[in-house]
Amino acid sequence: MSDTNAKITEEIRAKARELLSSGEIAAFLGFTSGSLPMTTRPFVAKRPGDADKLIWNSFCVMNLANYLPALLESLEPPRGPKDPPPAGPLPKVGVVATGCCSRNIVVQMQERQVDRSRLVILGVSSRGMVDRKKVMAAAEGREPLKVEEGGHTLKVSGRDYELEIDRWSAVRDNCLTCAHNNPVISDYLIGPVSNRDVKDRFAQIEAIEAMPANARWKWFTDEIASCIRCYACRNACPLCYCPTCFVDDSRPQWVGKSTEPADTALFHILRAFHCAGRCTDCGACESACPMGIKMRLFTRKLSKDAFNLFGAEAGLDPQAQPPLATYRPDDPEEFLIVEEKK
Amino acid sequence: MNILRLDINGLLDCLSSWAGGQELYGPVKDGWRRISRDGLEAVVSIPPGAPKAPIKTFFLAQPETLFTFSARHGDDDAWIPTPPKEAPNRRVLFGVRPCDARSIALNSMPYRDDPYYQARMDKTAVVGLSCNETCSTCFCKSVGGSPYGTEGLDILLTKADGGFIAEVLTSKGEGLLEKGTGTPAGDGDMARLKALRDAAQAGTSDTQALSASFKAKNLMQLYNARLWQGLSEPCLNCGACTFLCPTCYCFDIQDEVVRQAGRRIRYWDSCMFPLFTLHASGHNPRGEKIKRVRNRFMHKLKYFTERFGALSCVGCGRCIRECPVNIDIREVIRDLLSVE
Repeated sequence: MSDTNAKITEEIRAKARELLSSGEIAAFLGFTSGSLPMTTRPFVAKRPGDADKLIWNSFCVMNLANYLPALLESLEPPRGPKDPPPAGPLPKVGVVATGCCSRNIVVQMQERQVDRSRLVILGVSSRGMVDRKKVMAAAEGREPLKVEEGGHTLKVSGRDYELEIDRWSAVRDNCLTCAHNNPVISDYLIGPVSNRDVKDRFAQIEAIEAMPANARWKWFTDEIASCIRCYACRNACPLCYCPTCFVDDSRPQWVGKSTEPADTALFHILRAFHCAGRCTDCGACESACPMGIKMRLFTRKLSKDAFNLFGAEAGLDPQAQPPLATYRPDDPEEFLIVEEKK
Repeated sequence: MNILRLDINGLLDCLSSWAGGQELYGPVKDGWRRISRDGLEAVVSIPPGAPKAPIKTFFLAQPETLFTFSARHGDDDAWIPTPPKEAPNRRVLFGVRPCDARSIALNSMPYRDDPYYQARMDKTAVVGLSCNETCSTCFCKSVGGSPYGTEGLDILLTKADGGFIAEVLTSKGEGLLEKGTGTPAGDGDMARLKALRDAAQAGTSDTQALSASFKAKNLMQLYNARLWQGLSEPCLNCGACTFLCPTCYCFDIQDEVVRQAGRRIRYWDSCMFPLFTLHASGHNPRGEKIKRVRNRFMHKLKYFTERFGALSCVGCGRCIRECPVNIDIREVIRDLLSVE
């Protein structure tokens, strides 16, 4: 483990232990180590002793905000659907949040999914999380049995090989173009503050936009061809909390259930549009995808549009209205046909 | 059983004849691809472990058209089911790992009387490639299999001494080989094969021990175990594990009508999805995540084992490799066995 990660891990553990011991929080949401190299597990610590299982490294790729609404609800005293909420403050949850995760908490606050007063946020600046698939690709099909994280390197070793790769070369695509590495809200800041800057935030999208329409459609259909409809992308996403997702509706049935190309395409297009103006580009969808589909490019295109059309970036200000839930008289409306074509 | 020795050219000749005479499929990168005569080289060197895409795609089509019908009221045959026109083609699956082959045999127990599954089984010959090298996520030996297992296969190839030893296991396997293919295996080959098998089993006294342990466990004690809470907490409730799992075979059925042409399809379903058990009344007996996670493991390890005698897990390790939150079935097995 790199020194920075070791320090951050220690501080997270200490703070979680302190908060759990003092009774300020009833549960602490973080990561614990996984059973394979480059894996981590989201983990809920409920006793001070559990805090020692918490870890921090470059493979904490899931977005913890995703777990918050259900975790908060699970800590409330049980009550019927028509019973009033209990009087007095409800139990709190502590959570580790990077830039994107904290922005998703802001989106959840805007959308009334979490109550800020019930959260204790430990902000950690992100150095960019590592894409396990990129490391696998660098190992050229050989199984990595051990991956050690140094300051700026990753030491990968397997049965009969060893290689050292530049950490930055394996950082996730979304982290490479991230402009908000630092948490936007937090109660405690842990570890060094990032001053990483990014140019060309939307270069990946511009390259796709520059394709002719049929090439772009081919790119899109090729990208989703391997989709198995497991919905890991949807379920890893903190924006997806509808009680019944449109793909699960059976009356009416909006979209077919198998992996026929038209159904798969419809799922991905609708999922992306549902995230327009709300997506923080946390990359959890892509990290969760077992098939390596780059579906974050779909949502990123919509982030670019929301940014260019409405100057909106998701999850920066809890008081702000989401761009698609509000109207301003000066909203751009080039798509409106104001004059009949002759 | 007939045992042959094949050199690489002999194998390429076989592949070439299969690719010409019927459909040949093999693992290419992460998926199963149709192999043409020009692409034979790609399938003879396969990386260790099972490929990401499960083999069940060939037996449990996604989707399977059960029948078609006209939804036009005036038609004489309106609403009358017509069997699907297309029968599955004859095909050879090449490079199937013993774990995946075993999944075909295990799945055919619950699908014993299913005409669609059985029709696909009849048309398919399975040529396996044993695992001289395994991955860290492989655990076939602990669930009743072997890196040199033959269950579910028509031919098993084992790489040895620069060539292959081919065990021809069934009459379908015999039918795949033209007369004069390879040479009869010598005593040295037999000894080599036995040595590889014995070495693979070394240290595992009884591969059936796990199913016996699960059969002996009290169902309700496992069901009510405390571990489900912590286990289900990180779970995203996605279907990555079930859809990549070769032995997850659950399905749902739906009618699709497009421009008054209807078809009833059977497609993969996952017990991880809330819709899986949703009743028409609105009640859902597995409404919470913890119940769905529990069901997945209980089905594989306890319910299936009690009913069919073996675990519904072949130890391919796909779910361990691909779970976004690293839920590891080996740990679940270990923890469940320690439930008192």
